[in-house]
Amino acid sequence: MRADKIKQPLSSFARKSGEIFILTAKAIALIFKRPFNFRLIESHLYLDGIKSIPVIFLMAVFTGGVLALQSYYGLQRFGAEVFTGSLVGVSLTKELIPVLTGLMLAGRVSASYSAEIGTMVVTEQVDALFTFGVNPVKYLVSPRLIALVIMTPLLTLFGDFVAIMGGRLVAALVVHQNPNLFDSQLFVSLEIWDVLSGLIKSVFFGLTIAVIGSYFGLKTEGGAKGVGRATTTAVVVSSVIILVSDFFWTKILPFSLR
Amino acid sequence: MIEIRDLHKSFADKKVLRGVNLIIEPGQTTTIIGGSGSGKSVLFKHVIGLMKPDSGSIFVEGEDITKMSESELYRMVDKFGMVFQSGALFDSLSVGANVAFGIKNRKDMDAAAIDLIIERSLNQVGLSDIAQLLPAELSGGMKKRVAIARVIAKEPAIIMFDEPTTGLDPIMADMINELIIKVSADPAITSIVITHDMISAYKISDKIAVLFEGEIIETGSPEEIRNTKNAVVRQFIEGKAEGPIKIR
Ligand SMILES: Nc1ncnc2c1ncn2[C@@H]1O[C@H](COP(=O)(O)OP(=O)(O)OP(=O)(O)O)[C@@H](O)[C@H]1O
Ligand SMILES: [Mg+2]
Repeated sequence: MRADKIKQPLSSFARKSGEIFILTAKAIALIFKRPFNFRLIESHLYLDGIKSIPVIFLMAVFTGGVLALQSYYGLQRFGAEVFTGSLVGVSLTKELIPVLTGLMLAGRVSASYSAEIGTMVVTEQVDALFTFGVNPVKYLVSPRLIALVIMTPLLTLFGDFVAIMGGRLVAALVVHQNPNLFDSQLFVSLEIWDVLSGLIKSVFFGLTIAVIGSYFGLKTEGGAKGVGRATTTAVVVSSVIILVSDFFWTKILPFSLR
Repeated sequence: MIEIRDLHKSFADKKVLRGVNLIIEPGQTTTIIGGSGSGKSVLFKHVIGLMKPDSGSIFVEGEDITKMSESELYRMVDKFGMVFQSGALFDSLSVGANVAFGIKNRKDMDAAAIDLIIERSLNQVGLSDIAQLLPAELSGGMKKRVAIARVIAKEPAIIMFDEPTTGLDPIMADMINELIIKVSADPAITSIVITHDMISAYKISDKIAVLFEGEIIETGSPEEIRNTKNAVVRQFIEGKAEGPIKIR
């Protein structure tokens, strides 16, 4: 009985991981099979990417601002407040903005993917796709995956820029640091690899969000309640994967620990 | 020809199909009748490859679809069209895009030809000027008819209708009966219909099969079914609450 209690969730975890892996492989392979659904990709680029700009902007401005503030006062304790620009630039582009962008999209996009696909499952629309010879993975998952793999790094880059500007603004207006000092420190210490390592991670985060949202959508059972459950699970699981995998990415990506 | 052999299917511990045997002749209309919850829709989903049986086989033109790989199934399903009991319209697409769904990737058709087919298919089910609406803007009966138009437009060789007339007014129901008869008149087209509507069953069928407690308990022409001696079938076609069928 007790062994069962441990074994069952473990085997279910293993099975689901396997299924998610297979779904990812299928969705990628089917991208290259005709017919190509450019219209679907386009609509996801717009709905899930472009329309996420406002939330990413807000998140980035305030994250950059508060980080500049805290860094300034923290560094001031040992008289190093001139380095605010360096510290802010590096922490934002390497870690904070990629991860927070991922989490924002996990909430906004992964939820909508699982809800939309889940509703299609419970109303037999996914079955209907098959009866028209259309592979649901190709029609529903592949375009979402392409859209997010393109959009997540772009949004992250946008977030990097906005956050640094936010930090610079706060440093200038609130603590009255000379913006030239902020800039010179930023350019002296920020390296291309800091930004790139964040962007590489964000490609993976985009893939995670698309696949996890789609997977739990496709697995939906039993009506409105099932759709609700799928949505919650998709958001939680994709957020956890982003947070945990971020640590390992940081360990393995070259230069990311310099 | 479609041949279903000793098909079994359970969900958890609930046995739904308990050895279904049925032959569906090519070019004919076969109607399946049976109580609500007796497994008719589940049987349909097996025939088109949406569900895998626990045991048994389904031969479509000699090939066992229960043993097919995914890519073989996608090739197979091209022959089929299925009107879902729930309609299953794609709710993010317009009515027109729904109707064109089965033909939009055909290379031999341009946009004008497709528009023509959309209009003609909708007309056949008594609808017009709704191609630009979304499924959410339709009544229940209209959704059902769009679902029928969507399948007719694809011109499949084997058409499966899951309760095509349920939820329609009597005149509209008869119009759909006439449409099924017209479509099935083509000897290249095999129709399989699920219905509770005995008027429709007698009118459209070449053969009627009765599903009861997970098995096909009787098959025959409409005339043979009408004159059956089987008490269970009698009770069903006459629509009586009293009889050997126990309502639990
Ligand atoms: N996906 C499923 N999971 C679990 N049980 C199911 C599933 N699909 C159908 N069933 C069960 O199988 C039985 C038969 O269902 P089915 O939909 O085939 O009935 P039906 O004969 O089409 O009824 P109706 O005439 O009301 O449409 C029902 O008891 C139903 O609860
Ligand atoms: Mg049914």
